[in-house]
Amino acid sequence: MTLLDTVLFLPLIGFFLLLVVPKDNPYASRMGALLVSVVTFAASLGLIAPYWFAAPSGWHFETSVPWITFPPIRYHVALDGLSLWLVLLSTLLTPISVLVSWKYIDKRVKEYYAFLILLEFGLIGTFISLDLFLFFVFWEVSLVPMYFLIGIWGHERRIYAAVKFFLYTMAGSMLMLTAIIYVYNKSGTFDYPAILTQLQSGQLAFSARAELLLFLAFFIAFAIKVPIFPLHTWLPDAHVEAPTAGSVMLASVMLKMGTYGLMRYCLPLFPDAARGSAPWVAGLAIVGIVYGALVAMVQPNMKKLVAYSSVSHLGFVVLGIFSFTQQGFDGAVYQMLNHGVSTGALFMLVGYMYERRHSLEIAAYGGVATPAPNLAAIFLITTLASIGLPMLNNFVGEYLVLQGTAQTNFTWVVFATLGVILSACYMLWLYQRAFYGKASEPVAHHMFDLTPREWAAILPLLALMFWMGTFTQSFLPPISAQNAQLLQQTTVRRAGLSRPINERRASAPLVVEAARAH
Amino acid sequence: MPTNYLPTSAEYLRILPEIVLTVMGALIMFLEAVLPDNRKSVFVPLSVLSLLGAMAASVAAYSDPGPAFHNMLLVDGFATFFRVLVIGVGLLAVFTSADYLRRENSLTGEFYALILFSTAGQSIMASANELIVIFIGLEISSIASYILAGYLRDDPRNNESALKYFLLGSFATAFLLYGIAWIYGTAGTTNLTEIRAALAGGNPSLALVSTAAALMFVGFAFKISAVPFQSWAPDVYQGAPAPVSAFLTVGPKAAAFAILLRVFITAFGSIASSWTPVVWGVALATMTVGNFAAILQSDIKRLLGYSSIAHAGYVLVAVTARSGEGSAAAMFYLAAYAFTNIGAFAVVAYFSRKGERYTKVDDFAGLAQRQPAMAAMLTIFLLSLIGVPLTGGFFGKFYIFKAALDSNLVWLTVLGLLNSAVAAYYYLRILVVMYFREPAEPVEDLPPAGAALQVAVYGSAVGTLLLGIFPSWLLEFASRAALR
Repeated sequence: MTLLDTVLFLPLIGFFLLLVVPKDNPYASRMGALLVSVVTFAASLGLIAPYWFAAPSGWHFETSVPWITFPPIRYHVALDGLSLWLVLLSTLLTPISVLVSWKYIDKRVKEYYAFLILLEFGLIGTFISLDLFLFFVFWEVSLVPMYFLIGIWGHERRIYAAVKFFLYTMAGSMLMLTAIIYVYNKSGTFDYPAILTQLQSGQLAFSARAELLLFLAFFIAFAIKVPIFPLHTWLPDAHVEAPTAGSVMLASVMLKMGTYGLMRYCLPLFPDAARGSAPWVAGLAIVGIVYGALVAMVQPNMKKLVAYSSVSHLGFVVLGIFSFTQQGFDGAVYQMLNHGVSTGALFMLVGYMYERRHSLEIAAYGGVATPAPNLAAIFLITTLASIGLPMLNNFVGEYLVLQGTAQTNFTWVVFATLGVILSACYMLWLYQRAFYGKASEPVAHHMFDLTPREWAAILPLLALMFWMGTFTQSFLPPISAQNAQLLQQTTVRRAGLSRPINERRASAPLVVEAARAH
Repeated sequence: MPTNYLPTSAEYLRILPEIVLTVMGALIMFLEAVLPDNRKSVFVPLSVLSLLGAMAASVAAYSDPGPAFHNMLLVDGFATFFRVLVIGVGLLAVFTSADYLRRENSLTGEFYALILFSTAGQSIMASANELIVIFIGLEISSIASYILAGYLRDDPRNNESALKYFLLGSFATAFLLYGIAWIYGTAGTTNLTEIRAALAGGNPSLALVSTAAALMFVGFAFKISAVPFQSWAPDVYQGAPAPVSAFLTVGPKAAAFAILLRVFITAFGSIASSWTPVVWGVALATMTVGNFAAILQSDIKRLLGYSSIAHAGYVLVAVTARSGEGSAAAMFYLAAYAFTNIGAFAVVAYFSRKGERYTKVDDFAGLAQRQPAMAAMLTIFLLSLIGVPLTGGFFGKFYIFKAALDSNLVWLTVLGLLNSAVAAYYYLRILVVMYFREPAEPVEDLPPAGAALQVAVYGSAVGTLLLGIFPSWLLEFASRAALR
């Protein structure tokens, strides 16, 4: 029983405990959920220990015990530089989500918190599974609580959004399941490290056609989750209809399941196909960046605006991944975390505003800065973080992605940068319309400033925005070490099928060098 | 006269489960006539004991496996698996029906006797190794089922259901019998092992044997409600009393699959290349028709009826794989489906209230708030029908499609799995109504669930989750017992 197992199973135990809390005592449910999630977060901080002033690659906190004997499926979990921060992101955002929902959720409170904690279990499990089958199980399990969170506690069109969300993901998962079974039939194991070893030793090899089909099966499942244009249409619906905490968990953590899956499975398992498809995927990513930004610009609904901005931001992540460069990978992972922090914060702030004014329409606001200066200030910082102002977190990620991509194809960078500019347009315009000007009577009347509970929920994210924007080396070294290994795993094995595109691989960025020296 | 004419005691042991079931069924019929009305509640524990006894007898018979009665029966792992399965289904059906029949004021011994007889017929089918015995088992099971479908005889829906089931069922049996006649004419025997030997010798013409196989397949396809012979299923499952529908969607189907596997893998294994493409097409059509038709349904029993067609299609995928792994997967799937579907119907029987007046999907609005425990159980069953991990339904699908991929049925696998994504839609609709909608108008209160029903529902839920979290033990047994 390692610390990682503890972190994984604490939410599950918490889920069962929350089920036995009496139904007519919502306060006990809230406190219970907060307690469970805070304890889980505290425990998860211990996971940093191996990475403390060091950047080891490889697996840590590994547990591997048989679960099902035939076919041999193991409970195999471990942590590496890629999953470390994603696990911490999940454990951090769960207590924040509990706090955010404190007042907003007033019906069926017990079930709500039980589902929220169950969701945490599914998310952590997805990020640490090293058995393809176990991964699939967690992937699906995380779907169910989110479905209920949207469907029960969402806004008017919640049912449509919940069903659409479930069916989209399910269709992708089924393709992935086919591919997983096919890989198992070829290799005789679901164990991910074992499959990698077989691939590297040449013991397991796919024909070019099979590899492409397998890659596509995995890719479509992940692309739906990310979401990559044109598979994104479930996202705006799900975000707009979900309760605030649902949006936060969905944007900050669940979307990362897709990009994580791309890096963890798609690239190392099918490197040739991945490299061969890179121009196409990068093309889709760029379309997503620009399209998401343009659509965000014309949204009258704040949540929908932030949702489309997610499509745009996640496009950067995908672009970084498919640049196949060290900086591109680093930037992609960093951008996953950044998006989790800053978009999560944006959804929270929009949720705060909704709780006061009961509207998501931008037109219902205007002049909020006058009655609620603190809310306005924090919203501004988050906005600036989101559009990539230097010293704040997104800048680092976007810069690394663009630098990495430039080594592969400079034209891509030109188009992608358009997204950065557009993001400034739609975010600042939103800010201007909602916060400046003269406060109308209902705004002045309803928009009181942040309460201590709301402060407590947003402060950690605010601190992270500055921290991740300035002290990059606190986070990047484990990621870089892991990515160096990933880059090596994805070098082209079959000569002549695709061009090696990172011949001009530049040296690692300065921040990484600095961190290593440190 | 041969000296070994008299059966040995071992042979009696091998048919003991059927003996127990028929004797106890007859006893219940007798008691029904002599007991006063206020003592009728004894039938429930009595039939539970009979079924438990038969289950124990099946296990005991497996301690000394082998053929019996001149190779007419064959007790092997495969037979034992299906015997225990159909008897278990009978047991869950008894628990489901006890409260239901009391509610409808129709608690009689006949019902339980018929369940026992039908189960006995299915148990014979499971262990038959000879076409005539298969036919006899099928008839015993079917005739009891026809009566069960129309059990509440004052309800016109029951009458329609029973009549339709009877007419189409007899029609199907005629096809099967005609096929048996053909095979007897060509191979000169009705024993499955001997048919296999005769076919492997290559003497009978392929055209004659294929015709016989096709006729028999039509008969089986009716029984498992495969497309294009599925049209009776939704009507029957909608019209029959809910506990009977639970029984009919699972028990007779599992037994029919048992003989389908037995006949097509043992007897017709050597001409597999000529029937595999047909089964391939039927499997795909069955999944697709079942799922797409279910989307359009508004009555939950009818919806589950169409869903049972779709699930028959998944099992046919395993038959198409035509391997030991395939038949093991089919066995596992049927077991998981048995728990899941009986559980789902049991909850529906409870929610539908007296006279089954509330069986529309919309009638389930808001049940999650008024009956959280039962709604949660139905959620487990529906998630298992969708095939979400940690439920038996998921592993069933997983093993089936794994076997299919092993046999290089790539397209069937992809289309089948996409089918199950389509299926998610209509199962989710029920969840949506239960959890996301408030009840439209004040509806009458549900009386608390009776103890027997709780046993059925919670027992099925435990079975569903057990097969979803620890599936190995059952799959291992199925793999050892599977026909190759």
